[in-house]
This record gives sequence, C-alpha cells and structure tokens, in this order.
Amino acid sequence: MALPKLAVWKFASCDGCQLSLLDCEDELLAVAGQVEIAHFLEASRERVPGPYDVSLVEGSITTRDDAHRIQKVRALSRTLVTIGACATSGGVQALRNVADVDEYRSIVYPHPEYVATLDRSTPIAQHVRVDHELRGCPINRVQLLELLAALLHGGRPPRTTASVCTECKLRDNVCVVVAHGTPCLGPVTAAGCGALCPSYHRGCYGCFGPVAAANTAAVAESLRECGMSEADVTRVFRTFNADAPAFRKEAELHDAQSQP
Amino acid sequence: MVADSASPETCRPRTPTTTEGAAARAAALADVALADVALADVALADVVVLSPPGLAALANALIGDGYRLVGPTVRSEAVVLEELESADELPWGWDVDADAGRYRLRRRADRAVFAHAVGPQPWKRFLLPPASLLWRARRGESGFSVDPPEDPLPRYALFGVRSCDLAAIAVQDRVLATSAHPDSGYRGRRARSFVVAADCATPAGTCFCSSLGCGPAAAGGYDVALTEVVTGEEHLFLARAGSAAGDAVLPRLPSRPATPHDLDAARAVVGEAAQRMGRRLDPDGLPELLAAHREDPHWNEVAQRCLSCGNCTLVCPTCFCTTVVDATDVTGTVAERRRHWDSCFDLDFSYLHAGSVRASTSARYRHWISHKLGTWPEQFGTAGCVGCGRCITWCPVGIDITAEIAALRGGVPEGGGL
Ligand code: SF4
Ligand code: SF4
Ligand code: SF4
Ligand code: SF4
Repeated sequence: MALPKLAVWKFASCDGCQLSLLDCEDELLAVAGQVEIAHFLEASRERVPGPYDVSLVEGSITTRDDAHRIQKVRALSRTLVTIGACATSGGVQALRNVADVDEYRSIVYPHPEYVATLDRSTPIAQHVRVDHELRGCPINRVQLLELLAALLHGGRPPRTTASVCTECKLRDNVCVVVAHGTPCLGPVTAAGCGALCPSYHRGCYGCFGPVAAANTAAVAESLRECGMSEADVTRVFRTFNADAPAFRKEAELHDAQSQP
Repeated sequence: MVADSASPETCRPRTPTTTEGAAARAAALADVALADVALADVALADVVVLSPPGLAALANALIGDGYRLVGPTVRSEAVVLEELESADELPWGWDVDADAGRYRLRRRADRAVFAHAVGPQPWKRFLLPPASLLWRARRGESGFSVDPPEDPLPRYALFGVRSCDLAAIAVQDRVLATSAHPDSGYRGRRARSFVVAADCATPAGTCFCSSLGCGPAAAGGYDVALTEVVTGEEHLFLARAGSAAGDAVLPRLPSRPATPHDLDAARAVVGEAAQRMGRRLDPDGLPELLAAHREDPHWNEVAQRCLSCGNCTLVCPTCFCTTVVDATDVTGTVAERRRHWDSCFDLDFSYLHAGSVRASTSARYRHWISHKLGTWPEQFGTAGCVGCGRCITWCPVGIDITAEIAALRGGVPEGGGL
C-alpha cells in the first residue's frame, strides 16, 4: 500500500513552524516511515507532484501571487492543516493591518518600488477551507505529532478549548500574576504550549492566540494592575496574533486611550 | 493509617435551614465551637510535646517507614507542596499576605513553620494527580496487549495538612473512595497515606474555614495532629494521635509530656485563630438562596470580571472533575488513555452533541458556585466548600466566593423571600 503523501508549504513566515517538524528528532524517523514526504523544501529539494493526503501550511497571505498559490495548494490537498500564528491569524506581519503599508515600505526598503505586497496580511482560512489548525509562534511539536498520528491512523484529532491557565496549573506552576505581580495573557490565550512562559516565571504574551470568548477586557484590567501602561497593553495584544479579532479589538481600545 | 471507609466528620454541613431563622444564623456565624471542641476533647495524657528537632524526627521516622514525605516548602515565591527529603526543607519562618487575587510571602520574626495557611495547590495534587496514564496498549502480530501498570501506588506521608484540607479530603473520599464507583488509584493512594495535620494559628486574609465549621483545628481524619506554639523563646509542637498508626509513631520520637500550661497555650492559639479569619461566609440557607437567584442579573455582572480560566476549580481541594483523552503514536502501534484535571469553566466541559450546555461565562460561574454551595449538600451530604480561600487568592482577577454570596444576599429585598 502506498504511503500517504505529506506536503509542507511556506507562505509569509519565518520557517520556525516547519522547523518544529525537523525538530521532532526522536519521532522524525517514525514519521518518515509512515508518510511519503512529497514536498518539504526545508528538508529536501525533491518534489513529488500532487495530489497530497496531508498539507501543512505555514505562513500568511501577503502577496497577490500567494493568494493564487494557496488556491492551488488547496486543490491539491485532501486535508489542509494550517500551522502557526502566521497561518492561523496573519502573524506578526499583520501589524501592517493597523498601519500604512506604503509608509512602512518607504522607510524600510531603499527601493520600495521593487516590493510587491498586499496592504494586509491575512490568515489562510480567509482564502481557502482549512481542516485543522495548530496555533503558536512557533507551534508545539507534540501537538503536531498528535495531530499527524490522528490523521494517519483515523483517530480523533485532539482538541481543547482550555486556556494556558489550565496547562499552567496542571504543570504545577505558581501563578505569576497572583504571586509575583507579573502581567500575563494566559487566561485569554489558547492552551497548547504547556504553559511554557509561566514555567520560567514569565507572563504569557499570547503567542497561541485568543481562546473562544476571551474576556480580554478583564485581562487588560489585570495587566494594568500589574503596572502596564495603556501603550504597553496595546502592544502586548499586538504581537504574534495582532489581527486575531479578540486581540485586535482590545488593542484598538487601549490604543485610543493611550493617544494624547 | 486512615481507613478510607471512615470519612472523618471534620466538617459537618452546618447550614441551618431558613426556618431556623435569624437566631440560628447568628449563632452559626458566631460559633467557633468546633475548633475549640477539637482541643477541648483532648486529654492531657494523650498529648506529647515535640521541639523543632522532634518535628524533624517525625519526618525522618515517616521516611524511615517507607513513606514519601510530601509537605510545604518555598518555591517560586510561594509555599508549595512537594516531596521533601527532610524537615529542613519546610518553610521555617515564613508566612503569607493573601488577599483576593494576590499572594506574597513574608519573612517572620520567629521560626514558625506552619504559619503560612494554605498555598496554591490542594493535596489532590498527590491523591488525584493532575495528569496520569490510565493504560497503554500495543498492537502486536496477533491483536493487542495492555502494558502492566507502571508503578505500585505510592505511600505518601502528607505533612502539615490543615483542617480545611482534611475536610476537603473527606469530601473527595466520599466521591472517589467510598462511593458506589470508587476510583481505584485514589482509593489506593488514600488507603496507603499517613496524614500529619497541622492546626492553624495564623489564618490568611482569604481563609474562612471557621464559618463552615471546618477549622482552624483538626477534628479528625488524621494519624497525628500538631498544634504549633511559638511564644518568645518557646517553640513547641503539641502532638496527638488520631489512629493506631499515629499511636505507634509518637513514642518513637524525642518528646516530653504536656503540661496543663501547654494545652492552654494550644487552645488559645486555635481559639484566637478562629477569630482572625480574613473572610467569612454566612452558611445560612445557601441552597435556597442560590435556587432563588437562578435568573439574577448579578451573574452577568460577575461574567464581566470572570475570565472563565478555571483557576478557581484547579486550586480547589474538593473539585474532582477529570477528563479522559486517547492518543495514538505516529506509528499507530501504541495507544494511550490519559486522564487530567478538568474544569467546569472550560467550554468543552459541558459539550454535548449540539454544543456546550453552559455556553456563557455567567452560566458557568453560576453553575460553579451553585454546585459548591447549593446542590453539593444534596448530592454528597456536605457543602463542596471548606473555606480554604484558595479560589479567592488564586483567581487572577480576585473574584471572591464570599463576596458574591454577600452580593446575592444584599440583592434580596427587605422582608422578602430569604
Ligand atoms: S501564570 Fe498566567 S497562565 Fe498561569 S495561571 Fe497565572 S494567569 Fe494563568
Ligand atoms: S505561554 Fe503564551 S507566549 Fe509563551 S509559548 Fe505559551 S502561548 Fe506562547
Ligand atoms: S470553593 Fe474556594 S474556598 Fe471553597 S474549598 Fe474550594 S477553593 Fe476553597
Ligand atoms: S472566578 Fe476567577 S479563577 Fe474562577 S474562572 Fe473566573 S476568573 Fe478564573
């Protein structure tokens, strides 16, 4: 029986999420034995033509060409999984969505006329149907392996609606907000990382994006009590998931309040 | 050893019904008798006095008997429960400043070791671990085989359990050990455990065990109970046994007989502690109060503040909900069933075929507090709250179960209803 074909695609991104797959060291050989890695430029120059059973899509759509390319990827893929903050919410490059992209371009590049870009960075799901998503900047390789295992063997893909706080408590961390007065976005951030940052006595900065029905207003109040200014509150909601609707709206409120 | 069939009566459901009226309610609030009774019942001959080295000897004796010693220690700027190698690791000379959504360690002038009330974790961390493997199976040439269980169940000596937590363990025993469908892991760990209780002398700002008759002194459910007395140059632990195992261990320790003066000092410590609770909760008619306020607009007001993060349930010593997840490895040959703590604040907790039953935060908060204080007595014969105050301290936004109940009571019109 032919092995299922796996493809990995890159759009506007830093490659960090794809590297999580290569990072699976111990499990990588097991994965390689279960699938035919048909398209994964970060790992091999070889390209096997589609269709593909599973496509992992990293990155957001920021150019006209990519907007076309994602349609082709979708057409060639039986199951399409978006991986990482860029693919699922537009990524850090979605900061352009609240700024003037022409102005950015002219400041950053000596020859802005050579840079073809859309004025917004958008998640893959705004362009094509997405079957599963993995959040995070970068994704958690354990989640990636669990999802691949479920897809390959017909299991139910793992899902959670919990926030980072649940993982934080399961991991036996002392809450940094309560015990240290450190600002933390954990209560409104989707679980998945295993509460990485609080495990090192740092507040979560939301790289897994918002949970459903995130009470961002109450968390913003807690951030202020931990000493953040309105400008800092704006910034902390505008990082890797700046254009995720819940974070974007909260940032807008504080941006308005921090303007003189 | 504490027999898991004999749930201690540490914390009786003292919720006088409304028909008993305001007098009973006032009496219930003023009543700190349970705490006094705990030590009033104690006969001088049954108490021995340990010095701090005597306490260390108790820890060593338990380790020597093959127990894994679990007790309080300082980590990450909090007093947490961890496996300890000796009494040296206990939090000598620390106490805490706790309020809603706030916890800070404080250095004390003395070397008191049990002055820190309760920390972020409940003892269920050890008796009902946050995550565990239920079983693992492997696909073989012919069918599949299930791995034998990894470790024999641990024997824990729980060192420094407060009276609220004894009551909470008794609540979990009813659900997980002596119910019609016991949890074998919990029941085994519990039956093998040795409990060293510590009476409270310095309740924290969020404690309210005395309102619910759950403290501050241990009234049962322990093998050995300690009352720490620190006065000037004197630093003593009055020790009393609560089981045959406790009776057997005390004579092995360096100690001296207690004097009437010692016992008076110990009674004064817990008596004063009962008056110094940082919070109080009027237990009168809570099931009726909550039933009458099902549709109160107050729940929406709480939902403005509540993050639905579940921290309150994860730190609560009586909450017992777990969920089960199945996972297969990438090769498809090893399957695991794992269990971890769950929370009724998680949207998926009440997920049925068409979505979540409690979709809004107001519904989830109402459910949580109604279960704790309203429907738990009917279900399990006690309240689901023992007054430990953890949910208040460790709520990142400081939502306070006692304040929410007070707000509901305040909402009752004069002379009407309750
Ligand atoms: S440290 Fe952050 S993630 Fe952890 S419990 Fe506290 S608020 Fe939640
Ligand atoms: S704790 Fe927050 S910021 Fe840190 S890795 Fe997890 S989701 Fe990302
Ligand atoms: S509800 Fe709160 S105060 Fe009551 S036992 Fe649970 S954590 Fe403690
Ligand atoms: S009451 Fe506090 S701890 Fe509990 S879910 Fe709401 S915000 Fe979280």
